[in-house]
Amino acid sequence: MKEVNKSIPKKEGLGLSFGKPAYTDDLAPRDSLIVKVLRSPFAFARIKDIRTEAAEKLEGIKCVLTYRNVPRNIVTRAGQGYPEPSPHDKFIFDKYVRYIGDEVAAVAAENEAAALEALKLIEVDYEILEPVLDYEKAVDHPSVIHPEKEAHEMFPIGYKPERNIAAEYHMSFGDMEEALDKCEYVVTERYYTQAQNHTAMETHTSLAYVDLQGRLTIVSSTQTPFHARRIAAEALGLPIEQIRVIKPRIGGGYGGKQSLHGEFITALTALRTGRPAKLVYTREEVFEASYTRHPMRIDVTIGADRDANIKAIDMKVLSNTGAYGEHALTVFMVAGSKTLPLYNKAEAVSFGGTVVYTNTTPAGAFRGYGAIQGNFALESTIDILAENIGIDPMEFRTRNMIKEGESSPVFRIMGEGTEGVDMVMESCKLDYCMKRAMELSGWKDKSKRRRQNGKKIKGIGGAIAMQGSGIPCIDMGSAVLKLNDGGFFNLMIGATDIGTGSDTILAQIAAETLGVSTDKIAVYSSDTDLTPFDCGAYASSTTYVSGNAVQKAAMKMKAQIEAAAADRLGLLTEESEFDGEAIWAKDRSKSISLKELSTELYYSYKQKQLLVCGSYCGEISPPPFMAGFAEIEIDIETGKIDLVDYTAVVDCGVTINPKLALIQVEGGLVQGIGMTLYEDVKRTEEGRLLTNDFIKYKIPTRKEINKLTVEFAESYEPTGPHGAKSVGEIGIDTPPAAIANAIYNAVGVRFTKLPITPEDVLLALKKKAFDMD
Amino acid sequence: MAMDISFVVNGKRVNIYGNPTARLLDALRDYCGLTGVKEGCGEGECGACSVLVDGKLVNSCIYPIAKVEGKEVLTIEGFRGTEKYEVLKESFEAAGAVQCGFCSPGMLMAAESLLRENPKPDEVQVREAISGNLCRCTGYNTIVEAVLDASIRGEGLW
Ligand code: FES
Ligand code: FES
Repeated sequence: MKEVNKSIPKKEGLGLSFGKPAYTDDLAPRDSLIVKVLRSPFAFARIKDIRTEAAEKLEGIKCVLTYRNVPRNIVTRAGQGYPEPSPHDKFIFDKYVRYIGDEVAAVAAENEAAALEALKLIEVDYEILEPVLDYEKAVDHPSVIHPEKEAHEMFPIGYKPERNIAAEYHMSFGDMEEALDKCEYVVTERYYTQAQNHTAMETHTSLAYVDLQGRLTIVSSTQTPFHARRIAAEALGLPIEQIRVIKPRIGGGYGGKQSLHGEFITALTALRTGRPAKLVYTREEVFEASYTRHPMRIDVTIGADRDANIKAIDMKVLSNTGAYGEHALTVFMVAGSKTLPLYNKAEAVSFGGTVVYTNTTPAGAFRGYGAIQGNFALESTIDILAENIGIDPMEFRTRNMIKEGESSPVFRIMGEGTEGVDMVMESCKLDYCMKRAMELSGWKDKSKRRRQNGKKIKGIGGAIAMQGSGIPCIDMGSAVLKLNDGGFFNLMIGATDIGTGSDTILAQIAAETLGVSTDKIAVYSSDTDLTPFDCGAYASSTTYVSGNAVQKAAMKMKAQIEAAAADRLGLLTEESEFDGEAIWAKDRSKSISLKELSTELYYSYKQKQLLVCGSYCGEISPPPFMAGFAEIEIDIETGKIDLVDYTAVVDCGVTINPKLALIQVEGGLVQGIGMTLYEDVKRTEEGRLLTNDFIKYKIPTRKEINKLTVEFAESYEPTGPHGAKSVGEIGIDTPPAAIANAIYNAVGVRFTKLPITPEDVLLALKKKAFDMD
Repeated sequence: MAMDISFVVNGKRVNIYGNPTARLLDALRDYCGLTGVKEGCGEGECGACSVLVDGKLVNSCIYPIAKVEGKEVLTIEGFRGTEKYEVLKESFEAAGAVQCGFCSPGMLMAAESLLRENPKPDEVQVREAISGNLCRCTGYNTIVEAVLDASIRGEGLW
């Protein structure tokens, strides 16, 4: 391997730190209209009347949009494949507003001041309705959040809007009762995970204009340009051929930009006014009106026999999708489908539950996508069970966890919204990850000893995790590779680099396959007119799915180059061989350099363009695995939890670019740590968001993060491009359980609710001391 | 009330007739076309909009333009092309400290500000100095590593 498993600097890294114009807002023409959105002050209300005349008359106002003058087509903004597993339950604007922050109207003005002034002049009469704010009381609540008759599911997902149910699902195999009967040890526990905000540093931004051909162009900070085009066409009632979506650089996504936010409004403004229009969310809008992670209540029961073999796992989930059902079914299913296979020898497994609507900010895709929630519940329970049995929790895990060459019935039963696919783990180095993480973190010694130093007590805990590599049989990626005169290539990919470095990684895969160096590949990505289709950047799919497409294209290109050279050299095609520089006769008798060949091909000898396309849709979704260990220190006087060290050993197959893989894991860990210890979306009793800035919503800064130790297992996934699996999400999954387990190890208190704050710790310690007295 | 405000940006004099409470961030991005200055929060909490005013690190999103009257502003665009910038940029690249890159210009300005005051910071000082700059992509470690590396490789520059 020459070009992969190599830390090539990101292709665009230089340009970015230079601060060159690269992101959506940087690219907006100076005369763009500024779009602002009027948002609902009530959690649930019906708009009785809306008067916009005063706003329209204001100087500088070019356009005012409300439910009265926009197309009424119901869609889901989720940004998923088609047909979507999310209910269609969203209009561009509606008579009903369903959470504080929901869109009521939009104005477009020559400048921001006028736009803001116009918002104040819009008069709305609301009929205030009783909101549903507690998701545990949402089912059959007297208030029905989606009474509109148009709301529907695209295929059966258990959609029952009249009961506030956005999705429902159940599955089981084996005889649960019988299996539990055989168990000497059974633990049942209830867990709660909270809403979390993505807080990408670039806020959601969209720009739209009508081009010289009269077509609508949307430039957007989207993770899914092709889905965005399809959904925008549907919502606007516009022929899809009238729309082009371009994704420039993105300042972070993490799932938050998988869906559409703002695109419908800027598009309509541009169409109505003929002017470019941009909508840049404020930070407050991102908090209030983009997405959060789905909050969940998870009940887990695990049973083990007297020899510490796990026999039964039952998981029941109640998930809160907020005001709209984006990703409702799939995130909830992943809570099971990407955790339960970890313990694949259980005889009986059941999983099920309900996803409910509430009058809160909608939930959506967020790195980890349910797996982090499920992992917290499962991996905390594993520790409790191990203690009951009296076995070291890591030994317990090692005995029961999935190994290379094995499978799990869960893979076949559960997909994302549909049935899954059978697969055998052709690469699974979980046993190595576990052993190595134990070594690196000093588990053996540290876990057994009480480590108190005055008011500070240290603890250590761990967890294992898995994710996927794309959505098999549904999501497709493709690549076009073009040879240019002079012997360099253009790689055109629909894949969406959201800051992850996928443009670089995909170029490396192409280079490795062709045998050329990566700097011979110029990449263009994510433009629905100019690049081939790709589902987009989600579900950890880019390296594996788009990477396989690139590899296929590059193999075809290599074959075409060899054929053209053979013709030129008077050989049979099988007799020629491209080594990255030149094409040789296999007997080394003659050769022609790629540079020479390509120049001749375009100017002087049997002229023709070499251009190939490869596309790939996975038949399986090989999971990356990892073991994560947290070492923490608790101040028993203040309850403060310091993360001393986090050790992660990851099996993501071959790392195409080790440095970029490392940042993916580290970045994921830090978001997981944030979710465990600080990040919490808080609301008032009326449903008004309290945590709407970085002062009240704390994400980890450099000061909170101490040591992160990340290593990769040696692993090769035979179905992956050059042996790779995915790495984008796996890093986020273990911190909640690992840290909760570490806290238990330190002070003997079990936390089952996230986040775990100093106040919670103090309270629990006091209660424990009181109970002991 | 609008007034005349005159200051120097990246070595060039700028005269603006405008509202004195307007944000320096908007003056730089919209008026001067310096898009390297990013807005991440607009509330002085993320550091994406960091620039130097008379050598001091400020969040330009909460800095009224009236306050820059007669002062010198340095943005990433002006810092670019200096030897110190080259060293920092190379260190950021080598450490893999640039992910989505949205925080990077502000991060580089914060690093420059630290190294001006303290050319040989230790790890704790680096962490402290750039704790006002949020990054949601990386685990921060690579950024700290980059700044420490720059302070070594760029010895004598600061
Ligand atoms: S934009 Fe200025 S500190 Fe965040
Ligand atoms: S690199 Fe994305 S926010 Fe720092």
